[in-house]
Amino acid sequence: MIVAEQKPLDEIKGLIAEAEKVLVLGCGTCVTVCFAGGEKEAGILATSLRMASKIDGQPKDVTHTTVQRQCEWEYLDAVADQIREADIVVSVGCGIGVQAVVERFPEVWVVPGLNTSFMGLPTEQGVWEERCAACGSCILGLTGGICPIARCAKQLLNGPCGGSQNGVCEISKELPCAWQLIYDRLKSQNRLHLITQIQPPKDWSKSRDGGPRRITREDLRLAAEASE
Amino acid sequence: MQIVAYSCHYCAYAAADLAGVLRLSYPAAIRIVEVPCTGRLDVLEVLHAFEHGADGVMVAGCLEGDCHFQAGNLNARRRVARVKELITAVGLEPERIEMFNLSSAMGRQFADYAVKMTQQTASLGPSPLRAASGRVSRTGAGGDGLGTRREGSGDVGPSTQKTPAAHQERQR
Repeated sequence: MIVAEQKPLDEIKGLIAEAEKVLVLGCGTCVTVCFAGGEKEAGILATSLRMASKIDGQPKDVTHTTVQRQCEWEYLDAVADQIREADIVVSVGCGIGVQAVVERFPEVWVVPGLNTSFMGLPTEQGVWEERCAACGSCILGLTGGICPIARCAKQLLNGPCGGSQNGVCEISKELPCAWQLIYDRLKSQNRLHLITQIQPPKDWSKSRDGGPRRITREDLRLAAEASE
Repeated sequence: MQIVAYSCHYCAYAAADLAGVLRLSYPAAIRIVEVPCTGRLDVLEVLHAFEHGADGVMVAGCLEGDCHFQAGNLNARRRVARVKELITAVGLEPERIEMFNLSSAMGRQFADYAVKMTQQTASLGPSPLRAASGRVSRTGAGGDGLGTRREGSGDVGPSTQKTPAAHQERQR
């Protein structure tokens, strides 16, 4: 899932300072599961903003609603009236959600209520860790299902480096060495021969280095002929 | 002054009931809201109480280790800590909400905690949100945090009530 955390309330107050009618727009998918921007969190933020604006002497009309997925326009259309009626929309979806609202409703002023952090998973209740860097060419099949791009500070393909001490990364005592984890996993699976293969330099053009990425599936496009 | 006391069914609410049976006085500012367990307590519900003008909130659950539902009171304690952070960011004092633990046999302690919470809240003055709204609202977006089990009518001021709300409720 995409993991995010809410911006400090003061920062959000600054973003909406000029508006009177505010809509806090939650998202029912990733940010709901990581307790950052679902129905409950949108309600808490809207209530907090109402209280704060009242205490500041400039009461704002703050409401909230949540859609199933902010990153698909079809779901946004269902709350189009609420979005258009607001002076400003505080999206508590991820960065994609914010941009989806802006692209669907270009005339609407939309600001982010969250800082989108990473793609990861909950390792225990209340703790989320990064697991994928969306590098565009997955090598998990060679590394025992442990990603050195997301979990090694140096993103090494042929690790570990000299900073790995007793299974711990040199950047933090809290951080296990990804390549130690890979070694242990492959050893337990009797697949250590995989680690002996020297990996060539990674093709980073499939990652962010190649600019914004786009995937097109012609078999799925409904208006392919019309657009050509 | 109005203080909402979220009290768990098995301990704190029964303690309030006992306080009534024992004819103990405690401040009339206390408005008891019975919850099945303090683990049921919702952060948003507490925020609504403050939004609609509560000067303070006390959360009263079972003694730690004695929760009827194992760890509901421990969860509530963490949520109270979260609410303290949220209301501080909003501009309210974190001392406006406190967690208390007591058994069903601790009627006197319930009255003592009610006095302590009332004094602590009184030292902070009225909630700026109540001053802004003028009175406690019974309606509003997101529901009413106060009106579900209110006793009496309006703000009863600094006097004391001889019979607690919980006891009155049971007598009907």
